[in-house]
Amino acid sequence: MKEIITKIDKWLDERYDTSSLKEFIAHKKVPVHKHSIWYYFGGITLFLLTVQIITGILLLMYYKPGENSSYESVRYIVTQVHFGWLIRSVHSWSANLMIFAAFLHMFSVFFTRAYEKPRELTWVTGFLALALALGFGFSGYLLPWDDLAFFATKVGTEIVGVVPVIGEPIKFLLRGGEDVTGATLSRFFAIHVAVLPILILTLVGIHLLFIQKQGMHEPESFKALPEEKKKYISFFPDFALRDFLVWLVVFNILIFLAVYFPWKLGPKADPFSSAPAGIKPEWYFLFMFQTLKFLPGHILFLEGELVGILAFGLGGLLWMLFPFIPFKNKPQAKITPQALIGIFIIVYMVVLTILGYIL
Amino acid sequence: MKKLIGIITLVFTISFAFASVNYAATTANKKSDTKVKNTCLNCHTENENLPEDFKKYDVHLAAGLTCASCHGGDPTSDDDAVAMSKKKGFIGVPAKKDIPKLCGKCHSDIRFMRKYNPRMETDQVSQYFTSVHGMQLKKGNTDVAACTDCHTAHAILPPNDPRSTVYAVNVPQTCDKCHGNKELAKKYGLDPNVYNDYKASVHGKDLLEKKDTGAPACNDCHGNHGAVPPGVKSIDLVCGECHVNNMNYFMNSKMGVAWKELGYHGCVECHSNHKIIKPQDDFVGTSDKAFCVKCHDEGDEGYNVAKSIHSSLTKLDTLIKQAKEKLAKVRKFGMDDLDISYSLKEAHQAIVQSRTEVHTFDSSKVKAKVKPGIEAARKAIKKADSEIREYSFRRNGYAAATLIFLVFIVLFYLKIKKKKD
Amino acid sequence: MNTTRRKFLNFLLSVTGLGALGAIFYPVISYLIPPQNVQAKVNSIKAGKASSFPINSYKIEKFGRKPVILVRDEKGAFHALSAVCTHLQCIVQYRKDLRLIWCACHNGKYDLHGRNISGPPPRPLLEYTVKIVNDNIIITQPS
Repeated sequence: MKEIITKIDKWLDERYDTSSLKEFIAHKKVPVHKHSIWYYFGGITLFLLTVQIITGILLLMYYKPGENSSYESVRYIVTQVHFGWLIRSVHSWSANLMIFAAFLHMFSVFFTRAYEKPRELTWVTGFLALALALGFGFSGYLLPWDDLAFFATKVGTEIVGVVPVIGEPIKFLLRGGEDVTGATLSRFFAIHVAVLPILILTLVGIHLLFIQKQGMHEPESFKALPEEKKKYISFFPDFALRDFLVWLVVFNILIFLAVYFPWKLGPKADPFSSAPAGIKPEWYFLFMFQTLKFLPGHILFLEGELVGILAFGLGGLLWMLFPFIPFKNKPQAKITPQALIGIFIIVYMVVLTILGYIL
Repeated sequence: MKKLIGIITLVFTISFAFASVNYAATTANKKSDTKVKNTCLNCHTENENLPEDFKKYDVHLAAGLTCASCHGGDPTSDDDAVAMSKKKGFIGVPAKKDIPKLCGKCHSDIRFMRKYNPRMETDQVSQYFTSVHGMQLKKGNTDVAACTDCHTAHAILPPNDPRSTVYAVNVPQTCDKCHGNKELAKKYGLDPNVYNDYKASVHGKDLLEKKDTGAPACNDCHGNHGAVPPGVKSIDLVCGECHVNNMNYFMNSKMGVAWKELGYHGCVECHSNHKIIKPQDDFVGTSDKAFCVKCHDEGDEGYNVAKSIHSSLTKLDTLIKQAKEKLAKVRKFGMDDLDISYSLKEAHQAIVQSRTEVHTFDSSKVKAKVKPGIEAARKAIKKADSEIREYSFRRNGYAAATLIFLVFIVLFYLKIKKKKD
Repeated sequence: MNTTRRKFLNFLLSVTGLGALGAIFYPVISYLIPPQNVQAKVNSIKAGKASSFPINSYKIEKFGRKPVILVRDEKGAFHALSAVCTHLQCIVQYRKDLRLIWCACHNGKYDLHGRNISGPPPRPLLEYTVKIVNDNIIITQPS
């Protein structure tokens, strides 16, 4: 066994000179400190993305997009195909867990200030990847073509239409017509299985490349330690094995959720029926949805909803460009303004999401 | 190139301009056509003495008729002395006994009606005079309903308009205006509670609450203009209009023959007339609620038949209820409910048919109809059970898999730890 | 002692590892095996042979979740309609004697194109398209 591996290694080395790669792997190290746990969340997100790709491909084997076949084929997957219920349930749950893990990853990066120079672009690519993940969630939600999916998409695309000048054309483009129809379904399908995967893989690739190039970020407290007190473990195999262990735990949780809380498939979408009561978007959109609901009809001379959407757009943009915003930090201050902003955003999101569920 | 575009735009503008001129001309023509001078409306609106029930949407007003079409006079004159002079045929408020004749002036004239509503019947007035209302009015009794009492005088709408007093859903209330009057009821020996009875009936609930215009209103049994109470001979025919099988089975049953001999009315003996409540399986059988025991005593043949029919029905009914509960469970679990709901539909169809079959008063016939229903319901239950089993199997399967994973995770953890030491 | 323990640990690790792999691959591979019930084509169904369908008769077919009534009239032409009465959702039937679709529940009558003739039903029955291809009766959903 070992001989074969050595032979293959030699064969490859002769042709591609793998020494630099080996060198890199051997020397990559991960700092050990009290915030080390946050290093795992990027990996978890990546793992769940892999699960999404695999289960997504499996679902594609039976899914048939179309007004008269989407719902029926999902039903077929769930009821007739062996373990189809499991694959679909894992796909839905993994999507939610992935977005949750990505949020945790983002905020951990934010609070450990890992986004600061020289890692600004890592932050930007990560933010864009998260935005794409939300796009995945939105487009994938429609594909089963059940009534909740239909009306959630209707409401979701309606909101886009509020934006002045470009809103209506974008809505028209997204829906593939005036209304949410079979044309929207085809469009969302194309976006979900072709457009977004290419974009997200590219972005994640760049994101990972940046990380490999710059190494793991070390928090201030760790950097301040004298050289001999800094503890590291090797990335390979020590950290990789731990990563793998965490993935296994996440995987087990995922399967648990998928089996005990199987994803529901409501009645088939009927464009002419009235909307079911209490349509809510997925939880990760809920804080925005709830904000729009709370806004008054008019703010100054503008429509309240429009103000909300513009505010979220601007907020998102600022958040993405956060590493480029100069802050004057007083060294003696106990809490930095950045941390305050982060805490405010988290509290805001949590409170409005909870309100969205109880109201 | 530029020239070409210029020419095309020019052609477009010109054709568009012509098209709009054309359009304006046609609409203008239409307007002037329907406008007939109606000065009555001018003064009566100004003086605010229009009739109380006057509505602009009145079908006659909308069709271009004027006040004078019914009340006489000259609507073209601005002088009220001329406009409302007897010479010009002004009649003022018509006397109640003259109303049918007044309406019939047009509505009984097929040639006239053709101009407005070619498919409308023209026998309403003659039908009306065959009704109790019409006969009494002829005698000079003004307590009864004439045309305007049901149709209103100045807010008349066709019966398919939901605003109309004679729209199916509104009919019961329209009739109740007089038939719910206690004094009138006392005077003529009628029951003033018919509306409330009807409202509580299966028909009333469907029509008034569910707005199912297919459910019968008063006129569907009693007739529209020839309003008469259904005769003794015809009552089962009236019900049989919709409940065909029930009527046929009953007429051909032993019970139907006996009913005739006893001079009974038909359906009403068990189902009542206005307060027809939704039939229950307990109506047949030997319990206190059952109608059968009113005549049949323990030991006689009818008593046994009733008992047997009741047990057949309840057997199927219980099975269907069971299957429904299981189906709800299957749905909640997100399992396949297609075949189950099909079988359940079959069972439901069977119980509807069996309940109809009760009117043969033949227990073997009911049993024969119940049988496929029982089979279908059992099939549904069996399938539901297997889906529910499958569901718990999935969970157990997970338990096994997760155990393997857990052990693996623990061992893996130990292995890493050891390496570190 | 230590080596046997380590060996044992390694053994257990590989056994459970294989088990875990099995727990992942078993569902995935069985998922890929096409199930026995071929995916129902819901915008069209096959409803038997045209030649063996008696003239002036009918049967109820399952069209996905909806029952459909397939009628062959006295001239031999096929008609397919939604079998659910628009009044109170009873299953309708074809009356040979009347050459009509008839609902036994409240005497609702429809013609062979689903149009209302009489009785309480408020709406017509949805008409499906019937095509005969190589003697197979194929019912398709109207678009």
